Amino acid sequence: MANRPMAPHLQIWKWGPHMAVSILHRITGDGMALVGLGVLLWWLGAMAAGPAAYATFETVMGSPLGMVVLVGLSWAFFTHMMSGLRHFVLDIGAGYELDTNKTWSILAPVIGILLTAGFWALVLLR
Amino acid sequence: MGNGTSIGRVRGLGSAHEGAHHWLVQRFTAIGNIVLALFLALSLALLPNYSFATVTGWASQTLPATALALLIVSVFWHARLGLQVLVEDYVHDAGTKFGTLALLNLATIGGGAFGLVSIARLALGGAA
Repeated sequence: MANRPMAPHLQIWKWGPHMAVSILHRITGDGMALVGLGVLLWWLGAMAAGPAAYATFETVMGSPLGMVVLVGLSWAFFTHMMSGLRHFVLDIGAGYELDTNKTWSILAPVIGILLTAGFWALVLLR
Repeated sequence: MGNGTSIGRVRGLGSAHEGAHHWLVQRFTAIGNIVLALFLALSLALLPNYSFATVTGWASQTLPATALALLIVSVFWHARLGLQVLVEDYVHDAGTKFGTLALLNLATIGGGAFGLVSIARLALGGAA
């Protein structure tokens, strides 16, 4: 069995950063599509409906649970943006060397977290 | 009956030259999303506060309203393409897949239309 190719099954492959960043791209993207678009529409609809509806939105999204959702969505956005930019580089045929690929698979989500922190720092320190 | 003419046997078997369409539109809308979502994120981060007057005052101006409307189109299109791939990967029964994709179309087109109407109400001064 030693050193033979093995069946490409999730439990059998040794996990690497490139696999993590791939599934993270899908999770953050579909997560934003299912949750984020709902929040976006609620925000726009509440603004269009008037002060009372906006106050309800503000109360819910300003609550601790609401803030967790907003921070989570901002993290999903910046992470998805970074892994998406990684996809653009891969699309032009670059970044497939093992070292380069591993480096950017790790850096993309890390930069995503840093951008999320920077965004909230801008909001809170403004 | 014969087996058809030579041209008849091969017609339609080649590339329709649209196989990359989904892939390309995913990229085109991704570029739109980067520009427009960063515009929204930066604008929100730079607003002095999040009161109803401040936020609606910002969103009802021509440029922000235009960007928000374009964001709705780009992001809902992108999300529809992404969720379509999710459905195609994980829903294997043909009937369930058809139904799920039909619901996905209704949800994304309906949601996008609701967003555009909300922005139009704000921008055109119809809000209460």
